[in-house]
Amino acid sequence: MTTLAFAILLAACMVAYALNRRAATGIRDGGQRLHSVSGYHGLFALLMILVPVLVVILFWLALQGAVVNTLIMSSLPDGTLDGLGAGQVDLILAEIQSISSGRVFGDPEPWKTAAAERFSGMLQTASLGLVLVTALLSLGIMFFARGKVSAEFRARQGVEKIVSGLMIFCSVVAIFTTIGIVASLAFETIKFLRLVPLTEFLFGTSWEPQIPIRADQIASTGAFGWIPVIVGTIVITIVAIVIAIPIGLLSAIYLNEFAPKTVRSVCKPVLEVLAGVPTVVYGFFAILVVAPAIRSLGAQLGIPVAPNTALAAGGVMGIMLVPFISSFADDALSAVPRALRDGALALGATRAETVMNVLFPAAIPGIVGGVLLAVSRAIGETMIVVMAAGLMANLTLNPLESVTTVTVQIVTLLIGDTSFDNPKTLAAFALGMMLFIVTLIINIFALRIVRKYREAYD
Amino acid sequence: MTDISSGSLLLTTTDKVRASLAKRHRKQRILQGFGIAAISIAFLMLFILLWSQIATGYKAFMQTNITLDIYVDPAEINVDRLPRGDFDDVLTAALLEKLPNVDATDRAAVREASGIFSNGAQFDLRDRIVEDPSLIGQTINMRMPVSDPYDQLYKELLDRETPEELRRLNDLQIANYDQLLDAGAITSKLNTGLITNADSRFPELAGLKGALLGSFWALLVCFLIAFPLGIGAAVYLEEFAPKNKISDFIEVNINNLAAVPSVVFGLLALSVFIGLFGLPRSVPFVGGLTLALMTMPTIIIATRAALKAVPPSIREAALGVGASKQQVVFGHVVPLAMPGILTGTIIGLAQALGETAPLLLIGMNAFITSAPGSPFDSATALPTQIFIWADSPERGFVSRTSAAILVLLTFLIMMNAIAIYLRSKFERKW
Repeated sequence: MTTLAFAILLAACMVAYALNRRAATGIRDGGQRLHSVSGYHGLFALLMILVPVLVVILFWLALQGAVVNTLIMSSLPDGTLDGLGAGQVDLILAEIQSISSGRVFGDPEPWKTAAAERFSGMLQTASLGLVLVTALLSLGIMFFARGKVSAEFRARQGVEKIVSGLMIFCSVVAIFTTIGIVASLAFETIKFLRLVPLTEFLFGTSWEPQIPIRADQIASTGAFGWIPVIVGTIVITIVAIVIAIPIGLLSAIYLNEFAPKTVRSVCKPVLEVLAGVPTVVYGFFAILVVAPAIRSLGAQLGIPVAPNTALAAGGVMGIMLVPFISSFADDALSAVPRALRDGALALGATRAETVMNVLFPAAIPGIVGGVLLAVSRAIGETMIVVMAAGLMANLTLNPLESVTTVTVQIVTLLIGDTSFDNPKTLAAFALGMMLFIVTLIINIFALRIVRKYREAYD
Repeated sequence: MTDISSGSLLLTTTDKVRASLAKRHRKQRILQGFGIAAISIAFLMLFILLWSQIATGYKAFMQTNITLDIYVDPAEINVDRLPRGDFDDVLTAALLEKLPNVDATDRAAVREASGIFSNGAQFDLRDRIVEDPSLIGQTINMRMPVSDPYDQLYKELLDRETPEELRRLNDLQIANYDQLLDAGAITSKLNTGLITNADSRFPELAGLKGALLGSFWALLVCFLIAFPLGIGAAVYLEEFAPKNKISDFIEVNINNLAAVPSVVFGLLALSVFIGLFGLPRSVPFVGGLTLALMTMPTIIIATRAALKAVPPSIREAALGVGASKQQVVFGHVVPLAMPGILTGTIIGLAQALGETAPLLLIGMNAFITSAPGSPFDSATALPTQIFIWADSPERGFVSRTSAAILVLLTFLIMMNAIAIYLRSKFERKW
């Protein structure tokens, strides 16, 4: 049925285009001078139908499920849902839906079967309604647009206005996305903070996100202090940055100042390949190669190393960040005005002295910006740590031990079926909120540094 | 004497420089050496990364098979009872024929011997007989994948020297295997199942079809949404937007969105698309929507760069002959910028193809044994399939994970190669 609605919309658009275009051509052939070319008359009709009807269809589809579900649940016999938790209500709804789609397990209660029948009936009505609304609306607009065709009608301006509107909408999507992120995170975080006080979340030193299965369970509360999680994140980030900065900076300096042109033109793209490798591949690389290597090295030296040590995850992440830092450093070094370089060389400085004493200090702001962006990326990086770092939150600074990170916790808390009413799920959103805030601050700061510095030399 | 002392007093600057020159040049060489070392480390890591995947992954591109002449015994399989029937007994009987040493009455020995069959073998046989019931009573020749331990044994990943109790196959099973190998029943062929099968709990049957289709649908949705939205936003911001606070704000917003951690987009998708709109979990459509939000900033930034590269003379010429602003932009500027826009889009899609974390949060890591037929069927995607297999305890999945990674990397290389080709072929220098 949905396909039918889209087909009707498409057909209506094409018919309206042809009709208006033909009408406009007729007027022109009748000897009158058109304000707009006939194609614009057709385009005007097409857009007039396409935009509003598409919006209606999409809204209908987005809301249909929720509306039907609410109607079904409210039409159940009185008292069936009394005293049930949100999870159980969801379960009943899921059962009704599966019965209506023909998958019946066991003998469901008669009221469920009845509800399932009503459910499929409503769905049918809804999709029929969608097709009807689409057809009527398209037809109506088609007549309206057809009536507009005249010699003086400014069809081009009309089309351009609609196109402008569409483009503005496109640019506003970015804002909507940001608003969506902030709102959804904030909404769930506030729910979380109702269950767990803010001070406990921010300053608690124990992270054990369990939910009690029975009320009388020992240690039933779970603990939601994010300190061990953020400390783990910091440990892994530091390991990554410590590896990425020297390798990235030195290779940028070499490529920028010393390497022959041919070497540079080969090395730069190869280095970029490192940036293009998906993080899930790095993660598997960490557990397949790096972690065992570090462990056997530790065994040879007699140092105990945890199986999922922070060193492996951080080290691999460092490799991932090398091209990131080196390309930012490369840009920053190239942006230093030629005069500074030439001046230093003319005074008799060697190339190395020019780089270290003149270019590097001048490029520092750009490089710092790049490093900050790398830090924010390391904090937000998910797959490497999900695969290679630990799950248990240990409060330790030792990179040889197993630590967990904010992103690991978000993923492990949300993997699988989740309902939105327990602190475990909500804790993931609270962690997401903190992650978003921290990375946003670093990003804004870094982008500002990079931009300001560029302006200074331009 | 005075001459000499005055000579050392009159040491010129040139002499001083000359004296320190060797040291300074050595410093330069050290810095250069460090630079070369840094690049070498990065390249070495890239090499190890790729090599480790190839070295473990290439084995999964071959699959060990067992070929048997199977007598489809009417006593075991009845036409009227199809698709039911004792297909595993038929298989075992065919196997025992090749293994005269195994006592057919010793049930434990028979069970150990028939462990060479993959769990899917009896279903393959069933499907074949259901399709053509006239096969009952005949002898058919069938090639089936062997189960994972035997596959490992063939690929020499299972060490015969390990003590028997630590091995996944006991001495008797290995003896049986050697007998079959000598009889020519065990062969190794190109593993087409890796592409044509969907996921499975059994490594020898697991394939990437579901993941490939899931990724395809998700990328298609992502492209259909992100491409028009991205171009629209970029054209507006670059060509039409008045320079004011609002357009500045939008710009800052887009730049920040490009740097938001991907897992946060997953949280957004989980709470808005699945929680609020009630869209189903694990479907490529939701995955595509999420990826579209992430890809859009990339496309916008690339499109704006491409539009900026079109020289103003083009615009002025078109305006000069009386075109409206939109006619200029859509008739001349955007077509000229198209190669750059497409390059940016392909690179954005390549990033989206490798993205994993947001897909995990919307449940595209479910265990699904059928390939999706539409964007609304539950599916996995290539990177999430890699994640699932990397998490699986069976040994056979290690090489499959690497093989899946090689497939993913191949796609990424292809997409980037297309982007580079487009750029070099159509890019104009003004």
